[in-house]
Amino acid sequence: MIRFEDVAVSYDTDAGAGRGPERLVFSGATFEVPEGELVLVVGPTGSGKSTLLRCVNGLVPHFSGGTLHGRVTVAGRDTRSHRPRDLADVVGFVVQDPVSSFVTDTVEDEIAYGMEALGVDALAMRRRVEETLDVLGLADVRARALRELSGGQQQRVAIGAVLAAGPRILVLDEPTSALDPVAAEDVLAALNRLVHDLGITVVVAEHRLERVIHHADRVVLVGDGSVSGLLDPAEAMLSSSIFPPVIGLGRALGWTPLPLSVRDARRRAHDLRQSLANASGAAVPGAGSAAGGLPTEGTASTLPTDASRVALPTDATAATAVAPAAVAATDSPRGPVVQTDRLAVRRGGVVALRGVSLSVGPGEVVALMGRNGAGKSTLLASLVGQTKPAAGTIRVGGLDPTRAKPAQVVRHAGLVPQDPSLLLYADSVAQECAAADHDFGVPHGSTAAVLERIAPGIPPEQHPRELSEGQRVSLALAVVLASAPEAVLLDEPTRGLDYAAKRRLLQLLRRLADAGHAVVVATHDVELAAEVATRVVVLAEGEVVADGPAPSVLSGSPAFAPQVAKILHPLAYLTVKDVVAALGEAS
Amino acid sequence: MRRLPHPAPLPRLLHPAAWWVWGAGLAVAASRTTNPFLLVLVVAVAGWVVLERREKGVPNAFLPFLVVGLFAIGLRVVMVALLGGGVTGRVVLFRLPEIPLPQWTSGVRLGGAVTLEGVLAAAYEGLRLAAMLACLGATNALASPRRLLRYVPATLYEVGTAVVVALTFAPQLVDDALRVRAARRLRGHSGRGLAEIGRLAVPVLVGALERSLHLAASMESRGYGRAVRRTRSSAALAGALTLLGLFGVVTGLYGVLDGTAPLLLGAPMLAAGSLCAAAALVVGARRDPRTRYRRDPWQGAEWLVSAAGLVPGVVLAVAAASGWPGVVPQQVPATLPSVPLALVAAIAVAALAAPLAPVPPALALARERAS
Repeated sequence: MIRFEDVAVSYDTDAGAGRGPERLVFSGATFEVPEGELVLVVGPTGSGKSTLLRCVNGLVPHFSGGTLHGRVTVAGRDTRSHRPRDLADVVGFVVQDPVSSFVTDTVEDEIAYGMEALGVDALAMRRRVEETLDVLGLADVRARALRELSGGQQQRVAIGAVLAAGPRILVLDEPTSALDPVAAEDVLAALNRLVHDLGITVVVAEHRLERVIHHADRVVLVGDGSVSGLLDPAEAMLSSSIFPPVIGLGRALGWTPLPLSVRDARRRAHDLRQSLANASGAAVPGAGSAAGGLPTEGTASTLPTDASRVALPTDATAATAVAPAAVAATDSPRGPVVQTDRLAVRRGGVVALRGVSLSVGPGEVVALMGRNGAGKSTLLASLVGQTKPAAGTIRVGGLDPTRAKPAQVVRHAGLVPQDPSLLLYADSVAQECAAADHDFGVPHGSTAAVLERIAPGIPPEQHPRELSEGQRVSLALAVVLASAPEAVLLDEPTRGLDYAAKRRLLQLLRRLADAGHAVVVATHDVELAAEVATRVVVLAEGEVVADGPAPSVLSGSPAFAPQVAKILHPLAYLTVKDVVAALGEAS
Repeated sequence: MRRLPHPAPLPRLLHPAAWWVWGAGLAVAASRTTNPFLLVLVVAVAGWVVLERREKGVPNAFLPFLVVGLFAIGLRVVMVALLGGGVTGRVVLFRLPEIPLPQWTSGVRLGGAVTLEGVLAAAYEGLRLAAMLACLGATNALASPRRLLRYVPATLYEVGTAVVVALTFAPQLVDDALRVRAARRLRGHSGRGLAEIGRLAVPVLVGALERSLHLAASMESRGYGRAVRRTRSSAALAGALTLLGLFGVVTGLYGVLDGTAPLLLGAPMLAAGSLCAAAALVVGARRDPRTRYRRDPWQGAEWLVSAAGLVPGVVLAVAAASGWPGVVPQQVPATLPSVPLALVAAIAVAALAAPLAPVPPALALARERAS
């Protein structure tokens, strides 16, 4: 269906004056995707996954510019002579952010739009809209406005909108990275149905490999400017630089063939569970016991010790100017940094939070979890005084953020919003840092020093919007940390981060906690919560439904359990490191 | 199964164009008279039809338009009281302190005598504008312009899509601005004040630009602007006819609505414009394979509703042109305007739109549940 023949893509770096040096995105892509396969494109951020996907329907080079060498043919049509619009009836392309791809404003109209453009006969169009609504399970929201839908529904509408035009190939760029686990499951189930029932060929790129790898028939690895051929998923995962925890466990224990799904791994792990249970003796009788906390503490003291030991002094020295309050907090354990008491918030007539009582002490890392719209973002926003509570009280570092001036609040609580670019206004990283120094009234160069410490090597002359996702989060975090707030709040920081960027963020959060900051992270990312959280708070419908140590909350929950916990249930291990450490101790 | 002798029409949405014809007819009627009784009747008719046939969940544009109308009346009366108007009356209500103005500002004065006749004339004029606004508001509430946009001629398909996109973009821009403003707090600023607005503009605009690019990519990959089977010359002909027709329709409407415009600018221009537009439709549509999803049918009810709106429009236009008594009430001296029964009946015809139009589905459901 899709044939790549020695394809290379490059862009002119010097857009202005004549022919500058060309920047090669990737080269040597040669493969042929047979009909009905689900192909997963795997690679770190910025490796050219999106570019590769955009080659399939001709957006590269017709829409994006750049030079395409080699030949891409789709269902017999060469993308050189066919523009994306001429391929609309063979390839459906779903862009990363579904909201920005919507042309109309209601579900039905959006699904019909593509067919209108293609001139599908009115009767056929009516029938196909109905079929599409059924296939994607959207029939009961058909008349709703697109803006009112949940993230998972919006993503399914975006898929339906391209699918209705009848293409045999579907290309999706990060379809689930912005979704909570349940909504993502929804979208993937729909995709799976398309592949298995309708025989649609699907090419998908996704950061969150743990969600898709077991659905994939073939994997294409992209990285360092080269593109692999079609590989068997298990084979590809052996050499891939990024991999989900289930693969990590398999690789660490040398399992062959590599299990890709939790189900496969669980079958393989029978002996492992036995030996782990023996290793920890009677101390780990089941999930949720007090001893369940042991493995996490083990992690904190085994692997990252070097990192935190090394990091801590630097923190302290740099912090003399930057974070005196936070350092003082570690020396004399005071009361909680963040405290809410029966907090209630209304947003647009809806009760977003109801009776939330929460306290976070210095050195704690709290993961706020729950589905989209459960009130996580609202809680963070009210901690920095962005929303006014309808009832209850908030204290952040002894201050009421709703009454205090913004300039005072930022000294106590810093929030990195879901879209970090909201915090960034300047034209270059250096200017951004200078502006932040000015905003917070800290000595010149403080923000740049923080940035250098948390993410060394970001070129200061670069535009913030040109940074990679991970670097942008780091920059926003540096801006927020410049005023040395006792409470550091992050809203979905791992959205769009690959595993390597995520690992760096994890280490950073741990260092912040060690330096005495109270860290609150709202996240869907169960693996992040498993790695870094000391406590997990689950919100539902604006209420706290679970609040406890990470191992007991996470390992017990079907939706929020990390893969390792699912594999080793009922043993309360959360990460590969825990397992490896426990096995190491045993032997 | 026994069939009822006159089965009620099935609940459905009336074709938006029918509502717009109805609203335009009623607005023309309102524009032709300053008789306050007739104007109040127009507003009442519009309001009643909105109450009866507005689909549930559609924002009620009637009320805001009514408020704007009331504001127009008040403004007009205040301005006339302050600056004087064309009507010089005999009954002086009170005198404002007058500021003498130089000779060359003749006709305009500041302060001075406020007469009953002047105030009444201003109020009637204001009421006329308010009634026309009410008609517009009612039409908006009954069939949103967004729905009407789906019926732009095939030759204007791309333009129509652009307008739809713009309509969706505006609220998103507002959302963006609010988010960026909230984020300003995170850097210790309140997000208020002029300097802050300048700060907000850049991220909001950059965000909008990025979204536009995404949208463009998505539209491109969904076949927007795909080559259609029309030749260059036929496209040019259809485009020219459409523009010409639109120009004719707009000028004609202006001529019909403004009683002082030359006669040639009115009905003849409107007719010629409509003809051109129709020709463009035919020329364009014959070559354009694009189709539309779920068009509302144009059936008997649509004809009847359109007619119900056109009757008062035509009757009052004729009445105004031939100077029937009661259309433009006597202003000096102020008397109670008479109520010509024929004109009342003509306007009341527009109210028939409510029983003639089918009940919208969601409203029908809600009513059934309530009973």
